[in-house]
Amino acid sequence: MHEHGTAGASPVTEQQIAATVGEFVRRNFLFDGRSVGPDESLTQSGVVDSTGILELIEFLEATYRIKFGDADLVADNFDSLSTIGRFVRTKLPA
Amino acid sequence: MCGIAGIVALDGRHPPPSREALTDMIAAVRHRGPDAFGIYRDARAGLAHARLSIIDLSSGDQPMGTGDGRLWVVFNGEIFNYVELRGELEQLGHGFRTRSDTEVILHAWECWGADCFGRFNGQWAIALWDAVRRTLVLARDRVGVRPLYVHHRDGVLRFASEVKSLFADPAVRRAFDLRGLDQLFTYWAPLAPTTVFDGVEEVRPGSVRTYDDSGLCSEQIIWRPEFPHDGAAAFPLSVEEAAEELRAKLRTATRLRITRADVPVGSYLSGGLDSSVIARLGREAKEGEFRTFSIRFEDAEFDETPYQRMMAAQLDSRHEEVLVRRSDIARVFPDVVRHAERPLLRSAAAPMFLLSGLVRSAGFKAVLTGEGADEFLAGYDLFREAAVRRFWARDPESRLRPRLMDRLYPYLARSPQQARGMALQFWKKGLEAPDAPGFSHGPRWSSTAALKRFFTPAAAVSLAAAPAADVLAELPPAFGSWDPLARAQYLEIVTLLSGYLLSSQGDRMLMAHSVEGRFPFLDADVMEFCLSLPADYKLRILDEKHLLKRAARGMVPEPIIGRPKQPYRAPDAASFAAPDAPEYVREVLSERSVLQAGVFQPAAVSALHDKIRARAAGGDTQFSNADNMAFLGVLSTQLLHDTLLRPAGAPDQTVHTFTVDVDRTMTHA
Repeated sequence: MHEHGTAGASPVTEQQIAATVGEFVRRNFLFDGRSVGPDESLTQSGVVDSTGILELIEFLEATYRIKFGDADLVADNFDSLSTIGRFVRTKLPA
Repeated sequence: MCGIAGIVALDGRHPPPSREALTDMIAAVRHRGPDAFGIYRDARAGLAHARLSIIDLSSGDQPMGTGDGRLWVVFNGEIFNYVELRGELEQLGHGFRTRSDTEVILHAWECWGADCFGRFNGQWAIALWDAVRRTLVLARDRVGVRPLYVHHRDGVLRFASEVKSLFADPAVRRAFDLRGLDQLFTYWAPLAPTTVFDGVEEVRPGSVRTYDDSGLCSEQIIWRPEFPHDGAAAFPLSVEEAAEELRAKLRTATRLRITRADVPVGSYLSGGLDSSVIARLGREAKEGEFRTFSIRFEDAEFDETPYQRMMAAQLDSRHEEVLVRRSDIARVFPDVVRHAERPLLRSAAAPMFLLSGLVRSAGFKAVLTGEGADEFLAGYDLFREAAVRRFWARDPESRLRPRLMDRLYPYLARSPQQARGMALQFWKKGLEAPDAPGFSHGPRWSSTAALKRFFTPAAAVSLAAAPAADVLAELPPAFGSWDPLARAQYLEIVTLLSGYLLSSQGDRMLMAHSVEGRFPFLDADVMEFCLSLPADYKLRILDEKHLLKRAARGMVPEPIIGRPKQPYRAPDAASFAAPDAPEYVREVLSERSVLQAGVFQPAAVSALHDKIRARAAGGDTQFSNADNMAFLGVLSTQLLHDTLLRPAGAPDQTVHTFTVDVDRTMTHA
């Protein structure tokens, strides 16, 4: 379902990650068919709350087969689709 | 306690209120007072009453009139200091025919007019009809323990304890009020006088409305929370003296609520500090057996059984429990919504409904309960959270200051670091304006308002065109000069306490089973004392309800005083997520039902429902707060539409016998 992250044919781009996460956010948090802009804050808008963020983390870890460690603790990394795209990209092989 | 209803033809162009209409109205709230019914009619006004007999069982029937037949009253509630007021009135030459508090209201009104309400200590919704001046007075107690709704159209005014009475008359249009829903999906409750129903108003807590002969309405505020302003005289008592004073005032308040009843009064026990203190004082107020009642949860996360039993053992009370499972919440939820008459963002009212059922089946009509302590003595996490955020705001880049959040929410320290970082982001909202009036409540209100993304585009457009009155637009003039804690308390009292805890989770759940709640922390004298306290007596650094804990020493077992505050919660969306959830859940969330109600987008509702069910099927019922609130809010709104707004058939209950039956439709006053 999330072809970008699974096989290693060609490296996934930040934009592709952002699009995949955007689709997940739309389906899992927004429900209303609207989509989020790349730089819209997910937490400030109240769409993703302090417990809902766990669902997002779970999704990222499962989709991209990565693990976030303590050092990744920077809220800014998860604030918008584009920051998530950029950050996840750094966790993946080039 | 009781139910009241009435119809008044304000401008005289209408026939006398019909007996049938009044009967239907009072029958709709017969659960509030199944012991006796009464009706009064004259050419202009009709009053009806359903009685739960607690004081003066033999002669307190209503409607009650003055000897000259001029003034008539229907009343829901208790005036706990009626004995003292009666003494005063007798001194002034008033003669009494009964032992009831109802008669005291009539004389107090004759003697003092609208000033009488400031002298009352209690909980009331009162309608007074002056048949000579053709004036109707509607009054409600300080914080709105007792409900009162009004519908005014084309010169006809209807009032009642519950909205379902107003809707019993087919002439009253039944529809949602979007502004009311907008407020509820922000503050958790509509702000009186707005309700979630079009054309229906709620009389404000602490106010008196007068409708005169020409149909004009004037409103008088008799009370609202006022805190010491900046630069007020220093508080005269030390913390220790204040604790002693608080104990004494609570003792008096509790004794009044135990002894001013002609039936036995029991007590709720939650396992927390507030109800434990009240139960202890209740125990001491009267000789003989003392009865206590508790909710247990099958879900260990919410259960407080060991503390409840510890307190019951200390009280040596006859203790009864109702065990609540998720399936119980799902089973009773339609009834809960029918009684609450507003959308609910939590399921926590459902166990309260089951608890009052237990009390009723034990043969009890009245219970003490601990509401009010968290608001007036600063028990909520929200107050501590605001204090930490304010401290943090002074150095927003600090990495250490937000660590204090871990002390408030220990789960944070255990959470994955990422979640912690994001959570802090959430509390960081509004940090740039720590003096904004809504600073304390910003995080809660914005996360609740995010639920409005489920609204239909049409609803969103119409809301944008007529934005809801904001709670911040009606603050008392001195608000800005109060301590930040006092400001947060004020907002909590006028939104959540009055609009949700005392109504959806309080009066409505109690009265659903004909049980009256009595609230010593909401005693007039106790409230005034608490309002006068300095902030650091209530919240000592981050120690919540500091003064009450001091006052409780020696009355309540130490483990109950020392335990971390556990917010009262119940399983929310998890109660409705199982494959064997009741059929109505699927039914009211179906595309057809959602379209019919017209509030939410069907596709969004079905996506949410799918998500909840899918996660539950995978064994995960730890839903996010946002999903829990969204699911409960949507489900309850849909149930409300189903039960109250769809075209009704014949009334499902009626009243045949009136013990008071006055017909003066042919007499001229």
